Amino acid sequence: MRKKATTIYLGPQHPGITGNMMVRLEVEGDTVVKATTHVGYLHRGFEKLMERRNWLQSFTIVCRICVPEPDPNEENYARAVEEIEGREVPERAKYIRVLVLELSRIQAYLLWYGGQAASTGLYTMGQWSIGDRNYILDLFEDLTGGRVYHMYIWPGGVRRDLPKGFKDKAFRVMDYLEKRLDDYDRLMFDNAIFQKRTQGIGVIDPEKAIEWGVVGPPLRACGIRSDVRIDEPYEVYDKLKFEVPAFKGGDVWTRALIRRFEIRQSINIVRQVLEQMPSGEYYNKIPNPHKWALPPGEAFVKTESARGEFAYYVVSDGSTHPRRVHVKGPAYVHAITLLENLLVGQNIADVSVIMNSLGTCPPEIER
Amino acid sequence: MGFFNIKGTVQPLTTLSQLGKKPHTLLVPQIEVEASDRYRGLHYNDLELCIGCGNCSTICMNKAIDMVPVEGIEPKKGDSGLRPRVDNGRCCWCALCVEVCPTGSLRLTKDYIFVSENPEDFLWTPGVSNPDGYQRASFISTPQTTLTELHRVPMPELEGEERVKSFAEVVLGYTEEQAREEARRCLGCGLCTEACPEHMHIPEYINAIAAGNDEDAIRIIYDNNPLPEMCGKVCTRRCEEVCAVTKRGEPLAIRWLKRYAIERAETADILYEIINPEIKPDNGFKVGIIGAGPAGLTAAYYLKLKGFDVTVFEATNKAGGMITWGIPKYRFPVDSLYKQIEYMEKVGVKIKYNTRVGKDISFEEIYNNFDAVFIGVGFQVGWKLGIEGEDLEGAMQAINFLREVNNVFLKDENGNFVRDEKGNVIKIKEPNKIVEIGDKVVVIGGGNVAIDAARVARRLGADVTILYRRRVKDMPADWEEIEGAEAEGVKIIPQGIPVKIIGDENGHVKKLVYLKAEMVPDPKGGRPRPVPIEGSETEIEVTAVIAAIGQGADYSFIPDKFKEKIQIERGRIKTNEFRQTGDPKIFAGGDAVNRTADAISAIADGFRAVKGIEKLLLNKE
Repeated sequence: MRKKATTIYLGPQHPGITGNMMVRLEVEGDTVVKATTHVGYLHRGFEKLMERRNWLQSFTIVCRICVPEPDPNEENYARAVEEIEGREVPERAKYIRVLVLELSRIQAYLLWYGGQAASTGLYTMGQWSIGDRNYILDLFEDLTGGRVYHMYIWPGGVRRDLPKGFKDKAFRVMDYLEKRLDDYDRLMFDNAIFQKRTQGIGVIDPEKAIEWGVVGPPLRACGIRSDVRIDEPYEVYDKLKFEVPAFKGGDVWTRALIRRFEIRQSINIVRQVLEQMPSGEYYNKIPNPHKWALPPGEAFVKTESARGEFAYYVVSDGSTHPRRVHVKGPAYVHAITLLENLLVGQNIADVSVIMNSLGTCPPEIER
Repeated sequence: MGFFNIKGTVQPLTTLSQLGKKPHTLLVPQIEVEASDRYRGLHYNDLELCIGCGNCSTICMNKAIDMVPVEGIEPKKGDSGLRPRVDNGRCCWCALCVEVCPTGSLRLTKDYIFVSENPEDFLWTPGVSNPDGYQRASFISTPQTTLTELHRVPMPELEGEERVKSFAEVVLGYTEEQAREEARRCLGCGLCTEACPEHMHIPEYINAIAAGNDEDAIRIIYDNNPLPEMCGKVCTRRCEEVCAVTKRGEPLAIRWLKRYAIERAETADILYEIINPEIKPDNGFKVGIIGAGPAGLTAAYYLKLKGFDVTVFEATNKAGGMITWGIPKYRFPVDSLYKQIEYMEKVGVKIKYNTRVGKDISFEEIYNNFDAVFIGVGFQVGWKLGIEGEDLEGAMQAINFLREVNNVFLKDENGNFVRDEKGNVIKIKEPNKIVEIGDKVVVIGGGNVAIDAARVARRLGADVTILYRRRVKDMPADWEEIEGAEAEGVKIIPQGIPVKIIGDENGHVKKLVYLKAEMVPDPKGGRPRPVPIEGSETEIEVTAVIAAIGQGADYSFIPDKFKEKIQIERGRIKTNEFRQTGDPKIFAGGDAVNRTADAISAIADGFRAVKGIEKLLLNKE
């Protein structure tokens, strides 16, 4: 007997903790037969807004393109502007930028821990990881003056130097987190329920992954080692020692393992940066922002965010305002094409598990 | 169940050990946590330090900051009287407002909790709404972090030793690159516009220069100033005194930027081509202008553009008034002057030279033949020192001295000078032939005229000393001029009051006697007064004494019956806001009217008189 398909609307209010988007599911029984994503609930027109703002004013909104991980946006924008203008960035500023980017990656993964675990019903994990994430946010507060939106990495360097006592505090937080990760392992990765809910779910075929343009942890979980930090090192990543994991498997579980591995790498990077950071200037001062015009030109820059390659294409027509800023976040691929394909044949209960494992982030889909 | 996973079931349970631990999150009533030392919380503004420039409002793209009047703060010179009001519902705490604040008055604080049921409360004026916020200011701007560019692009100048050898222009002018760089420092707040007597469109023309549109800049400048090259070189520049950048750094070089723009038009023809002035057809009214100084020429130029038939009566053989006769040529070269006058004559301003009103033509005749009269005669007579020996040979008035020297430069036929390819006088063969001043000159006074006289005397080969009653910092002269004089080797004796001049047997000055003075604070709160110290007489050998303590007007050309009507009070003609005197047909401007006695005020007077004359004759508001 053929079952009749039912339509279910997942979202738009935060399916999982990914932000406002909607997935329309056609299900037969418990099984998804068709998934259609609907975005547009978070469209704030950042790219267009930037055309009306001058080069410095634009810097304050790029961070808002991705709520869980704003810093790659700031770094990308700053680096694109510097590339067009040919502005030198002091070495110390580059180290501070890497510090911020890696702290940002850690806090993004901690947020992901909570989301991924909660989507399988393991809510304790979220309470722990969000609580521990606060220690990173405290570091951000000390360093940048803001907890979530830092508006700290700007063209020419960073806004302020490291405050007094920051290094010690950062080392303490890193030591604490490293210890805590073992607790996380026991609660989450050793957990039979979590294993059963994630292994063999949402499998991405490596060939398809490349075809679709999958990036970041989901790609590395297909056994393909690809990371902008290694492939095209930016800032001072070429001076740091770290490994990029790649495991075969392609399912939610492998993607989780990749992140579990990477967060430890990031902690090590933070330590290296704090140890190696040279003294000196932290900022190559930009001119008066009201009359700061860039020479005509364009720049394409990318960083490795916690969810994968994050790219900016910036065009200057020689005026005080950007002519065009185009943002390409990883979620654009992951949360539309990939998600629609992966969901077919899955259980309804696994939909948000898969969404979380892909790092769905609607604000960067609708810049 | 063969796949029962013992480890996977037991391991998560080990986390129960966390139950006994102290929670590391905070409990609900303890929501107030001390924010970090760099926290970007609610705004605070130091109302005394703030000058209401509005840069915070301009940079804010959330439109969260409005500039509003605040009780107890009045607009004054260099302060708009407005203060930022922040809409906390719009603010995103990016703190760009803090970074661009030129004074550093605006800060963000550690405060981050604000609760109110009334939405209006979220519009708050930092500093008024939280007067105690100062103590918790966290995100602040320092001279190291501010985005305001505090340092001016240095102006290339001749070396001090080179300068005194000739009357070549000391200031060399910005190159294109330097001008663009300097123009880009401008924040565009417009406090300068308010401070300028003529309210020139300063941010607009600087913006044009920054954007590379020099021709636009020239057009904007000519909108209300027909003598910009003069202003660009010798203006007293009140605009720079109030520049927002001054609070922490060096003001924009507004004067030099104007000079740069105007110098792009090298001749009067090019200037005419760029400005392409729209001259209205003749409206049938005739206006007579007495004196071709800055006030008269301004009135003449704009009246001509508006279709009036304008005739300027000038007593000497050159137009320009004090800028021609009073200002030394190393500050304002002859060619610059001629270019501006030539442009005006191209527009159709008629100047009758060598026509002294009261001698060559009577005032009454002008009054009867023209529909309106503008008096812009300036201050031509120097004040006497009022001391013994002032009539000796070698004692002179600075203004006469400068006139004599400038006269030589204006007479092209004089063979005493060698000119370079630009036509500038570069060498004087027999300097002492111009005016006999000898080699020991004392200039008395501390204003710009005194400095001019001293620097000119230095160029004529004399050792020059300036004697001033008060301290150097009290000198009304431009600080750059004082520095320039010192660089050229002029000695300044402050706090010295001249008592008498002693002559030799030939009736020529020989010695100057002065008393040292001490500064006594004024009980009424005014500036300190110099009081001579008994018995401190000092003598200096002199070959010339140049008095530069002020000037007055000579109104003898005006018949008494007009004098009664136009009301002259303490040497100045009384006028209304349109520079209209007691006789509705007679307007006046320049030094004869305003106390500031500088060229830009004279230009402003001329401009206002144009409005007054338009109102009188065309009945136009």
